[in-house]
Parts: sequence; C-alpha cells; structure tokens
Amino acid sequence: MNLDTPSSPHIHSGVRITGMMMRVCLALVPAIIAYTWFFGWGLCINILIAVATALCAEALMLRIRQRPIVPFLTDGSAVLTAVLLAFCLPPFSPWWITVMGTAFAIIVAKQLYGGLGYNPFNPAMVGYVMLLISFPLEMTQWVPPNIVNQLQIGFLDTLNIIFTGTFPYLLNIDALSMATPLDTVKTELGLNLTVSEIMRSNAIFGDFGGVGWEWVGNWVLLGGIWLIYKRIITWHIPLALMGSLFVISFFFFMLDPDTYASPMFHLFGGATLLAAFFIATDPVSASTTPRGRIFYGIGIGILIYVIRTWGSYPDGVAFAVLLMNMAAPTIDYYTQPRVFGYKKNDEKPSSTSGDEGNT
Amino acid sequence: MRRLFQFHGGVHLKEHKKDAMVQPVQIAHLPKQLVLPLQQHIGAPAEAIVAAGDKVLKGQLIARPGSNISAPVHASSSGTVIAIAEHPVSHPSHLDAPCIIIDTDGEDRWHTDRQPVDNYHELPPEKIREHIRDAGIVGMGGAGFPAHIKLNPADHVVDTLILNGAECEPYITCDEMLLRERALEVIVGLRIMRYALQAKRCIIGVENNKAAAFRALQEQVRNTGADFIEVIQVPTVYPTGGEKQLIRVLTGKEVPASGLPLNIGVVCHNVGTAYAVYRAIELGEPLVSRYVTVAGSVAHARNLEVLIGTPVIDLIEECGGNHNTLSRVILGGPMMGTALHNITAPVTKTTNCILVNSTVGDVPLPSRDNHAMPCIRCGDCAISCPIDLLPQQLYWYARAKDFDKVQDYHLFDCIECGCCDYVCPSQIPLVHYFRYAKTEIWTQQREKTQADIARERHEFREQRLERDKREKQERHKKKRAALKPAGSAANKEEETKKAAIQAAMDRARAKRESQQIEPKNTRDLTPEQQQKIDEADARRAKSNSSTVNARINGAMDKQDAQQDLFQDNNP
Repeated sequence: MNLDTPSSPHIHSGVRITGMMMRVCLALVPAIIAYTWFFGWGLCINILIAVATALCAEALMLRIRQRPIVPFLTDGSAVLTAVLLAFCLPPFSPWWITVMGTAFAIIVAKQLYGGLGYNPFNPAMVGYVMLLISFPLEMTQWVPPNIVNQLQIGFLDTLNIIFTGTFPYLLNIDALSMATPLDTVKTELGLNLTVSEIMRSNAIFGDFGGVGWEWVGNWVLLGGIWLIYKRIITWHIPLALMGSLFVISFFFFMLDPDTYASPMFHLFGGATLLAAFFIATDPVSASTTPRGRIFYGIGIGILIYVIRTWGSYPDGVAFAVLLMNMAAPTIDYYTQPRVFGYKKNDEKPSSTSGDEGNT
Repeated sequence: MRRLFQFHGGVHLKEHKKDAMVQPVQIAHLPKQLVLPLQQHIGAPAEAIVAAGDKVLKGQLIARPGSNISAPVHASSSGTVIAIAEHPVSHPSHLDAPCIIIDTDGEDRWHTDRQPVDNYHELPPEKIREHIRDAGIVGMGGAGFPAHIKLNPADHVVDTLILNGAECEPYITCDEMLLRERALEVIVGLRIMRYALQAKRCIIGVENNKAAAFRALQEQVRNTGADFIEVIQVPTVYPTGGEKQLIRVLTGKEVPASGLPLNIGVVCHNVGTAYAVYRAIELGEPLVSRYVTVAGSVAHARNLEVLIGTPVIDLIEECGGNHNTLSRVILGGPMMGTALHNITAPVTKTTNCILVNSTVGDVPLPSRDNHAMPCIRCGDCAISCPIDLLPQQLYWYARAKDFDKVQDYHLFDCIECGCCDYVCPSQIPLVHYFRYAKTEIWTQQREKTQADIARERHEFREQRLERDKREKQERHKKKRAALKPAGSAANKEEETKKAAIQAAMDRARAKRESQQIEPKNTRDLTPEQQQKIDEADARRAKSNSSTVNARINGAMDKQDAQQDLFQDNNP
C-alpha cells in the first residue's frame, strides 16, 4: 500500500486564481452594460477583439517560452487584462488599435517579463500608454453619450465602423467624435473660461462628471464594492486612492473654484473609479503589504490629480498607475507589518539593498 | 465578563467535528503488540532499562529519562518485551526510531507499585513536579514538551495559568470529549498544576463551538467552588489553539518573539495534560493512555481511549476503516498534522487524532492541484497570517534561496499553522517552502560551526608547526655554537686521526728529505710547476678538514629530521 505523504496543511480553501480573475470580470459586467447603453456596441465588440487577441498572444508566448499552456490560458488573467484595456479605449476605435494594444500588453508587458506574477507593470496600462503615445488621434476620438441612440447606430453599423472604418449616413468620425469631459475642461480652462462656465456651456456635463460617464462610474463603483465584499480586493487601495484624490482636489477647489474642478468631478470623471477598484488593485504590480497599499493608493490619487491638472494629458490614470508600479517594491520594503511578539520598529530587516521583491 | 482580544489573521475552517462525537469515548481494544518509541517528547530520548525477554506490568517504568529535559516511558500494558529495535514511527523524515516492542499478554495487569499522593497540598511544589516527571507526562496538545519543566516557575511569578481547550483544528474532538466526560478530573488536575506553579489564577479557554464542554466545565468549577478558575469561551478561529494565539486572546499580551510565556507571567497547558496530571497524582498512574480521535474515511468515527504504543492500523480497523483503500493517514489535524508513511507506526503521547483518507467514497482531504501557479502577490496569505508575517515575501526569498533575506522577514517566527497555504489562490505549498528554508538554514549553520571548528584546528596546527620549526632552528643554532669552540666527542676522535695522519705525513716527508729522494716526476720542475703543486697540496689539506666538518653537520641534521618525523607522527 502506498500512502500519500504530502506536507501539511492537507486542506485548501478551494480559491483559485481563475475564480478571482473571473469575479473581477463579472464585477465589470454592470458597468459594461451601462457603457453599451450610453455609447453603443463599440465596447462589447472591442472586448471581444481584445479577449481573442489576448488569448492568442498568451498561447503563442507560452508556447515559445515552453510553459504549460492550458493552466495559464485558463487562469483568466489575460482575459481580465483584455477587458480592462478595451474598457479604456474609445468605443469606435479601429480594430487594429485594440489588437495592437492588447498584443503589446500581453507579449511585452506580461510574458516578456516572465508571465503571470512576474510583470512589474500593469499590462493593460502599458498597452494603453503605448497606444496613447503612438496613436494620439485614434485614442482621442470619443463619442458623446447617447449619440448612438439618436443616430441609431446599431450593432452592424458599429462592426462596420470598427473593421472597415465605414460610417453610415454619410457621417464620418470627425462629425461623431468629441472630447471627453476631462478633455473639455482642460482645453477650455486654457481659453480662460471658469470651470462653472465650461460646465454650463457644454451639454456633456452631468451632475458631477459627464452625462453617461457618471452612470458608468456608478456601476463601476458598485462592482468594486462587491469585490471588496467578496474579498477579492481589499479596501486599502480604492479608499486611499479616492481619499487622496478627493482631499487634494478639494484643497485646490477651495483655493480657486474657477480654475480647479470640483472633487466630485475628479472622482466620477475619467477613469478614476475604474482605476481605484479595477486597475490599481491588480495584485501583481501593486504594493502587497496592507500599509503599503495605502501609500500606493495615495500616490496614485495624487499623481492622477497632478497629471490631470498640470500635465499635458487629459487623464493621468495610466501614467499614475505605472509610476506607482515602479515604487511598489520600495513601498513594500518600508511598510512591513509589525511581527507578533516584536515591539514596534523592533528588529527591522538589517540590509537595505537588493529589494527586488517584485521583479 | 472578561474582555477578549484578537490576534491578526486566522481562517475560518469547516469543522467536521460532529461525526466523531456521536458516541461516548470508548476504550480501544487491547492490541497484540505495543510499540513504545523512546522519544515521544521534546528533549533527549529516554534510555531503556528493560531487555528483550523481560516480563513487564502495566505502568512499569521501562525507560528512564535521558537527561534533565526528557521523559520516562512506561509499559502501557502487561506482557513481554520482545525487542528494543528500530521501528517505523510518525516523523516527517520517514526514518525508523528506537522503540521498545512489547507482546501483550491480554491480562492488562497493573504494576503493584502505584502510589497516589493523598494530599498534594502537604508536599512542596518540587515534589509534585517530581511525581509528574516520574509519571512521564508531556504536553498532550501535540508539542510534547516535558510537563514538569513547564510546571516549574523558576524565578518567575506566574500570574495566569491557562488551560488550552480551544482545539481549533477540524476533525479533532478528543479534548472536547475529555472536557465533556472528565471535566471534574481536568479541574482537579488544573488545581494540582496551579499548586506546582504557585499561579495566582487560572483560565480555561474553550472555543465557542464547544457548548457542552463549556457547560460541563462551568458546572464543575461552581461545584468545586474554585473561584480562581475562569472558564472562558473564545471565538472559533483557526489557530486560536496555538499557545501564543490563545494567550493573546485571553490576556491581550503577546509572548515576546524568541521568549517564553513565562516571560509575561503566563503558563499554558493542554487540557489533556491536566487530566494526565490528575491521574498521576490522585491515582498514581503514569501516562499509559490518552484520548485519540479517529475520523475521516472510517465507518465509525469516534474517540477512543488508547494505550500509548498501539499501532495506528489497529485503531483504523477498529473504527471500520479498510486498510486496502487507505490513501493518506494523518496524525494530528488537517492543518498541521503529519502524513504517516507506515500504518504500523504507534500512537504516542502526543497523538491526538488519526485522520483517515481513502481512495473510495467521501474523500475528506482532496489532493492539491499538481501544479502550483506563480504567486500573484494578492497578499491573502499576509491577511491570514496569525503572526503578521509576509508569506509572499518569505516565499519569494525562500525560492530564491536567499536565506539571509528570508530571516530578515522573520522566517523563524513562522509557526507553520498553514493559514497562508490554505488561502493561497495559486495553491503554492508555502509551509513546505518555509520548512525547507528553515532546514537549509539549520544545515548551513551546523556546517558553518563545523567549518569554524575545523579552521580553528587548522590554524592552531599551523601555529604549532611554525613554533616547532622556530624552536628547531634555535636548537640548531645552539648546537652549532657549542660545536665551534669545543667540539664533540666524534670531533675529537677525528682530530686525533687527523693528527696521526699528519704526523705520519710529516715523518715521511722528513725521511724523504733526509734521503733526498724525490718522486721522479717531480724532479726538474720549473718554478711555476712547483708553485702549482704547492697550491694543490694546500687545497687538499684544507678540503680534508672541511669535508669532515660537513659530514658531521649532515649527520646531525638527519638525526633531527628523524626526530621531527617522529614528533609529527605522534602529535
């Protein structure tokens, strides 16, 4: 008789990476539906393109790297990267934008660094930044909310736009596209208008952020809270990120409400909520200690504000996340918890070199 | 109501405790053979004092403590010692260990020399500790530290004696059944322990999923009027049963890292130990049996009172397990237990549970995924760690074999509770990595110590050789100095020879000169030729004397060299 003699513990909670990743995707579904409602089928089609690209790229790289394909392909991480990246792209982006961004994210930002668990940067954000820098025109062709409903641009029309660049009703992308609320504020502040003037004169602004955008934001928020409830993510990063963004924007808003947008505009505008709950919380590239995650979130919140307000890009989420990714190993090093039985700051690790925990 | 505290982390586990608690505790069948390991405790192994062929009685001392930190072993039933030999035991190394093997005679006859302590209050605490030591009692919760040492307050004042009835691992119910059925005895044992420690007060900590045990204890505390004993329910979180965790929950104090509970005025014992103390003092019975839970893939999961040394397979079969379908047998709980490699291994003083996993039917312990995924640094392990370590970082450095770094991250504070492993979504065997790192570090340290000793020894030898060489040179110098003015006996002899030769040569020359006979080839020499002959003669005379000297010196060197060789061979 052969007895199994594995090392203890002999039981497991049954939680697996695939389950975690799929729940994160699931938490995005309400927001995807809301997005589709306001901005048309573009997002859904982009997600399909991105997921297909991501899986192909992942399989290809795993094969080249001689890693087992099935367990890594089914871990759900590539799918999640694809969904998040697609969520950040303008809904009528040409197909090759989505394909290039996703392939870059998976091949360069993830697999070339060693695949799952070894990427120092958030792959979706690397893909996004690559696209933003390389194809600024395509990446800023946003459509105003509800226009797809007014013009009755259906699923097939959207497919046509994405794959062939053909617009129905003799329309073209220039007629359709317009700046995002964040963009508008940035441009028109440059024209010496006050924030309230800008908000009043543009129909795209709703109560806090942009019409439609707000609703997507609400569903992102709900999905994020569900993730915290399900213990897929912890509260540290989202709360620290939103908290710091609120505090800093409130400070400048109080200083001069004409020049600086309100805290609520910052929280519900752009990709703040998506970043707080879905992007910055990517465990691989984020800080891993509880206290470190707070600093990490605060850093992203401040950087988002700084880039939005004084930088040259309308939204700073991707850059803020990538910059803090770089800081994560150092943050982890300095935020180790107090170990049971030690006094505070007792027995700190002696060496300060070689803190390459995340590389 | 006592204020309770929390420790960081922990996990909620499915209990699986009901099955084994349906029936009351039964006495296990007397096995045909008992296997009693000489090492069932922390410390030095016991030394056998019986030999093969000896008849022994139940409770008879068969092995005495090997050192101060050790525990004796008693025969758990009557019979004949058939061997003192290596036998499979439960150990992660799968190595056999020396055991006393007894064939039982079926009579289970007690040793006549049982001496209960009638009134323990009249004895000084150290006498009580001696009795407990002689009864072979060790920590029954699993650690197996000799109880008499943990009952010695030394220079400390013990404020609180905690009795650990938390029993937080799934499946295990032996402590709970003990508390239900023997609450009075446990409390008597606790009072004896309190006396030995001179502790001010006692707390019995019981997890709040053991309502019956809690009620039984409360009732007995009320009946005995022991107002210094508090029975406290603690939240059911794994690993509350860990000594440091339970102390934290009940007192809010943290045992200092690399310190003892005694340092904060607390001592913690298992409820099973208290029961064993009761039997040792009140009945005079040494530790020969204990409560064991048999659970998992067996037809009749239950708790048994088992003689120490009973082979595990006997108990599995008694509870309706089939040895043909066994796939894994765990001694201890599913979180920290050891998987057994051989089912003939015996139950020891620290075995609290036999958890059976079979290849058919309901499988309580499913195997892990074959391939662990990479760590995604989700930090769930750190959230669940009761010590507040960062297992994700420990894993990283353990895998990279960066053993300095892994110690910086407090590897040696890890209690191997398995919480991190349990929650890891990548199914990484974290505890396994940590054990590996610990073992490697211990090995390295041992090797380093050995290397240090070897280096010291080498350096010392080099120094000695150097010193010997110096001394030798000095000796030579002295000898040479002595040689020059006086000369040794050998020298004198040579000189007399030389003088004789010289005298002979002188005589010959005188004769030659007187007869005016010269060698023919030396006649009619030119003055140059004559000068060369004279020079050659002078050289010859000179070299004669110097070769003699050189030869003498050479002989002395050789003698010294031989002497050295001799010394080197006999350091």
